[in-house]
Amino acid sequence: MEQSIFQYGFIIKGLLGALFASITAGIAGTYIVSKRMVFLSGGITHASFGGIGAGYFAGVNPVLGAAVFGILSALGVEYLSTRHKIREDSAIGILWAFGMAVGIIFIYMTPGYSPNLISYLFGSILTVTGADITALGVMSAVLILYFTLFYRTILYISFDEVYARTYSPHVDVFKYITTSLIALTIVFNIRMAGIVLVLSLLTIPPNIAMIFTRSYVRIAVWSVAAGFAGTATGYAISYYAGIPAGATIIFTLVLLWAIAKAVKRVMLSMK
Amino acid sequence: MAVLIEMQSLTAAYENNVVLEDVNFTVNDGDYIGVIGPNGGGKTTLLKVILGLLKPVRGKLVFNTAILNRNATGYLPQIPTGDVNYPVNVLDTVLSGLMIHKSVFSRMTAGDRKKAEGVIDSLGLKAFARTPLNELSGGQLQRVFLGRAVIGNPKLLLLDEPANFVDSSFENDFYEHLKELNRRMAILMVSHNVGAISSHIKSFACVNRRLHYHPSHEITGNDLLAYNCPIQIVSHGNIPHTILKTH
Repeated sequence: MEQSIFQYGFIIKGLLGALFASITAGIAGTYIVSKRMVFLSGGITHASFGGIGAGYFAGVNPVLGAAVFGILSALGVEYLSTRHKIREDSAIGILWAFGMAVGIIFIYMTPGYSPNLISYLFGSILTVTGADITALGVMSAVLILYFTLFYRTILYISFDEVYARTYSPHVDVFKYITTSLIALTIVFNIRMAGIVLVLSLLTIPPNIAMIFTRSYVRIAVWSVAAGFAGTATGYAISYYAGIPAGATIIFTLVLLWAIAKAVKRVMLSMK
Repeated sequence: MAVLIEMQSLTAAYENNVVLEDVNFTVNDGDYIGVIGPNGGGKTTLLKVILGLLKPVRGKLVFNTAILNRNATGYLPQIPTGDVNYPVNVLDTVLSGLMIHKSVFSRMTAGDRKKAEGVIDSLGLKAFARTPLNELSGGQLQRVFLGRAVIGNPKLLLLDEPANFVDSSFENDFYEHLKELNRRMAILMVSHNVGAISSHIKSFACVNRRLHYHPSHEITGNDLLAYNCPIQIVSHGNIPHTILKTH
């Protein structure tokens, strides 16, 4: 009896986690893929590892540390590259490695038992807590609200920033808010997919959607659906095979992408 | 005739590189001004200053806010400033021109869409309303961006080399279209091709670091010399050659 209740709760947790991960990654992913910010997002992801290390060292929640590092690095790159102080891709490359280095240094300086690094690198459903799920749930609501309320404003700034500046004095504010939300989305999804693999959780679903549609809203909706199919299946495999969730999720998503490509090909040949 | 904008001893620069110096220039309601000058002379910079994309280092730019709000000018950039591979279609792109009148919360209404479809139709792109931008030709793209610039019915329209990508089959229609628009908005058109535009515009502004206003659409080589505005004069086809004296 106790065993089945435990299992039931575990499945609910997995499904909720998969749902919120798909919503957040689908919305944020559509934005970064459309705006060609994938490399910047990779930089944010790895820089946030510095925050995880710092969190351990200071004895605070590592996710909190990661959030602070993620947002600061995202804003830093945006700021430096708009002011043309440094080439954007170089800045990201430096940040990427520096974040990892800082994380490792802090973790090795922390006395006592060293944390399970593998779960941070590749994700683990076992270590995902109720608080993590709640954070992702809140993030889902915030992203849906933000992108619905300001849809046209965000769309047109990201499509043509120069033109947007000619009519709106709020371009920078929106850029900074959106980039911060992207950073938070990445950080909250690290627990699910891990640092090495979280970027694919954001980029593969929009690329599956873009095989079938070129409309921004439809790309976002289909990304969430494709993401959920991939994440839920990946979790199930992870649970039964005892493989880190990040790996099984990404594997499933790439498989989905290949199937979508094949389906599109058949559709075209039948026309 | 009401003044729309007025530049007073305006100087603009990139870092320490002065591009426009001590410019005094007025644009009035109903104007149709050809902005000409050598490459690097500051034509595009003049537009950027008006659009607020570049702040003047000295002098003033005054908007007659009773008629024209700074954020409500129409603008057609020389090269598409947006990413043509971005997932937006022709309708979405033209609709974005309405943002000059909207708040950050605004949504597009059925009326807005109808208006955009009208503009798209008038530009000969009716069949392409739902087409993604990356499936259009250079000339079609240019027309889409013209549609974005005019849909909001701005009081001032800024065009940067608009004829560059316009297919020759559309060129006449294009200038007819601008003439029509000029009835309700002032136009500032940057062009390197004096001959091609002189029969369409009403006056010239010669920009080569300094700006000289020429209150007629007829301009001679001697005028250009006097304005220190060295440009190659190319005349095309049916445009009357007499307006351009050789020197």
